[in-house]
Amino acid sequence: MKDFEYFAPKTVEEALSLLSQYKGEAKIIAGGQSMLVVMRQGLLAPEYVVDIKGITALDYMTYDEREGLRIGALTIHRAIEKSPIIQKHFRVLSEMERNLATIQTRNWGTIGGNLCHGDSAGDPAPVLIALDAKLKLKSLSGERIVAMEGFSKDLLEVDLEPDEMLVEIQVPTPRPHTGVAHEKLMVMQGDAGIVGAAVSITLKPKEGVCEDARIVISNAASVPMRVKEAEKRWIGKVVNDHLLAEAGDIASAEADPPSDVHASSEYRKEMLKVFVKRAAGKALERAKEG
Amino acid sequence: MNQKGIGYVSKTPNFLIEGGIGMKGEPRELKIKVNGMLYELKVKPKALLSDVLRKDLKLTGTKRGCLESTCGVCTVILDGKAVRSCSILAVQANGHEITTIEGLAKGDKLHPIQEAFINHGAIECGFCIPGRVMMAKALLDENPNPTREEIRLAMQGVLCADSGYVKQIEAVEIAAERMRGGE
Repeated sequence: MKDFEYFAPKTVEEALSLLSQYKGEAKIIAGGQSMLVVMRQGLLAPEYVVDIKGITALDYMTYDEREGLRIGALTIHRAIEKSPIIQKHFRVLSEMERNLATIQTRNWGTIGGNLCHGDSAGDPAPVLIALDAKLKLKSLSGERIVAMEGFSKDLLEVDLEPDEMLVEIQVPTPRPHTGVAHEKLMVMQGDAGIVGAAVSITLKPKEGVCEDARIVISNAASVPMRVKEAEKRWIGKVVNDHLLAEAGDIASAEADPPSDVHASSEYRKEMLKVFVKRAAGKALERAKEG
Repeated sequence: MNQKGIGYVSKTPNFLIEGGIGMKGEPRELKIKVNGMLYELKVKPKALLSDVLRKDLKLTGTKRGCLESTCGVCTVILDGKAVRSCSILAVQANGHEITTIEGLAKGDKLHPIQEAFINHGAIECGFCIPGRVMMAKALLDENPNPTREEIRLAMQGVLCADSGYVKQIEAVEIAAERMRGGE
């Protein structure tokens, strides 16, 4: 690993002024669970490293039915998994965190770090897209709110200016009769997903037909991808086994997954059929429960 | 936003903000408590916690394995939580408290987890055992009465290249029982 100059700001303002001063040459480290790996591989060699892990003001979770859920960017994965608020109102987030990585990684890695790393195999991004989450980004010149969907730009690239940092994840309270589920193919629980699928379904209470849906697949392209064609075919219909399987087929056809040591592109395409159907079936059951 | 604060900081960040002494790679001060002892040393910003433990503090019980956050043999306990010391910059542990495998025994008296591993024949080559014992300790400190499934999930954070994990999981169950009995 190459040498770098190191800063450990204690407030968001200090961190932002460092980013503004070293524009483009500074890189933020949070938990570093992914970043140190790419730094050791030599894929990343920043001149300046701004360590924000000590900014305790960004470690929080709040929930209010109207405002929804707010998660500070530096909240560790394990805290999200274990939070009673999340287990009660956003069960899918807790389940996703449980499968995200090994306990050690979840004990130090942060949700914000994971999202900003922009790995298309990452789990939080597809689940947060299914939940229609937004991100609050801050720089010295102000802040902007962007949709999680669209935040990932390309492999390991996200919609962050060099002087900007992610400070908060905002998740709206799902409408009644909404079910959300996440499933991924892993060799061992806690491994990165070979492919993954996050699905949200909202039903009309009386007719039981699908009113709204989001199907998001991961490690299926360079960024998390919505399968809008499949979503469209569910709207206004009673989602049955045929439609669940069809969503998997469409996802598989639209995906352009990588081939690597874990799986070939063809295998990933086959598994997308299985995992989209599985996540969608679970989401549907949950939507029916209320 | 505090405009005055920002203006001041951006002019002289090197003096106001911890770090940033002006030279790339220049060693910086690190204060950490390891196994109850306070250490003050100087380390390069890129030094990994595992390397500082092993090379600077000569605590070689913590192993270096894959160096890419896969195997878990470098597991130590930081502020009560199991973490991978090869995937944390030592400077990030500044001000934190660490327990390594060397911190478990009291004099000649081994920790119940260590004893259970030995007596139950759960150790083969031994390379993953320090990390595994730390993983078990973090689990039992948080949850003194884990189910087999909970033990299994914790134990899979450390890989064994020898054989199965069955004896290791049983050893944690034995240790948990003894520890609940007040040992």
